[in-house]
Amino acid sequence: MSSNFRWETFFEALPFILKGLGLTVGLTFACFGFALLFGFVWIFLRRFPSKSIVWLVTWIMEFIRSTPPLVQLFFIYYAWPMVPGIGVTLEPFTCAVLGIGIHYSTYIGEIYRSGIDSVDKGQWEASTALNFSTIDKWKNIILPQAIPPTIPMLGNYFIIMFKEVPLASTIGVGGILYMANSYGALHFAYLEPLTIVGIIFLLLSYPSSILIKKLEVKLNTRFDKNAILKKSNKKSTQSLNLKGSDHIV
Amino acid sequence: MINISAIIEILPQLLRGLGITLSVLLASAIIAYIVAFIAGLSRTSNNFLINKVAGIYIEVFRGTSLIVQLFWLYYAIPMLFGIQLGSNWWTGVIAIGLNYGAYLAEVVRGSILAVDKGQTEAAIALNMSNYQRMRLIILPQAIKMMLPEVGNYTIQIMKATSLVSLIGMRDILYYGDIMRSTNLSQAPLVYVVILLLYFILALPFIWLTRKGEILSKKGVASQ
Repeated sequence: MSSNFRWETFFEALPFILKGLGLTVGLTFACFGFALLFGFVWIFLRRFPSKSIVWLVTWIMEFIRSTPPLVQLFFIYYAWPMVPGIGVTLEPFTCAVLGIGIHYSTYIGEIYRSGIDSVDKGQWEASTALNFSTIDKWKNIILPQAIPPTIPMLGNYFIIMFKEVPLASTIGVGGILYMANSYGALHFAYLEPLTIVGIIFLLLSYPSSILIKKLEVKLNTRFDKNAILKKSNKKSTQSLNLKGSDHIV
Repeated sequence: MINISAIIEILPQLLRGLGITLSVLLASAIIAYIVAFIAGLSRTSNNFLINKVAGIYIEVFRGTSLIVQLFWLYYAIPMLFGIQLGSNWWTGVIAIGLNYGAYLAEVVRGSILAVDKGQTEAAIALNMSNYQRMRLIILPQAIKMMLPEVGNYTIQIMKATSLVSLIGMRDILYYGDIMRSTNLSQAPLVYVVILLLYFILALPFIWLTRKGEILSKKGVASQ
């Protein structure tokens, strides 16, 4: 192992690691897309007429949210093929999409819920009074008002998931962290490649978080100012909660 | 599939790693709280230098991924500083503590700023010093507001402790992986038991977070 940081190694490792960037970004999009879709499944299940099912679903969500995604990933990758009857062997990439996607879908489901809860009660009553079918009510009245204000929060989760995706290197998905580790194993120099990975993450996630802050300001001025005002009265703790229930491992 | 005697066989194996998981959780949580307080208060400071240094720390640790920081520190600490920290335990604790310290610092800053301006003005009107104002007026209210978030992040720290198995620490997941590699057909049960163990660890924090949510709204003048 080299005794300290060497720039030659740094520039030699750079092109090698950049080869994994496409996969990391692609996996982030795949996980995020899956989580966006699966979030609706949670919303659907939580609005079930039966109280015991709602209770059960709430605890399943809590379970997924408060156990490590790494273990969930290992479960899907190593254990799922061994489950009698329903087990199938999956590609590492698919496992990562399922594992990280389902883990974060529970957070995204909560965001959808906060959006749906903030739709004015009058809108629900009006759509009932106008005899809208359930599908029409959701498609034309509720969701178009509930989802757009949550876009900045969803954007934050996109960045969070981007930082979570290197977990997939543990099951052999060849993203930038995987490339850095294999470069390290080949040349016995880990510090430089890992520094590159850190810099890549910083360069991509910091500007995106600034973009999302700008988007938030833009959306705030666009959507129903009364609702925003109402929210900002409760703001301090609530908005903190929404932002912070975020993260990661 | 659910086989009680198999669980009884698995559980003591996994529990050998419980000590490491708990000690990493406790130590990294303490580091995270302390660092968060220092960095969060620095972010509200008027001193340009202190404020910016804390800002850079927060953005760097929030902007990169924890698993990358963990591996980086694992290789960098012995190399850059020429010291062996003695064990991987310290590497894991420092990485997790500094990462969540950065996230919690934003919570600390947000809560301090969320205390109503009138409280600051009243404290100034009562001729309190800066220090008295912070200690007696702002912080007691800010800390209450932080409670639910601190609970949430403690669950996140608990989840993050599973990563130390990747740098060779013998935690719950490490023993689980060993059992999986010796007997693959056991894998589903092993991982279900691991997940349940982590969930049991999380339960008190879930409960505290809910309590904190109620408590945080009492006796606080927020904007």
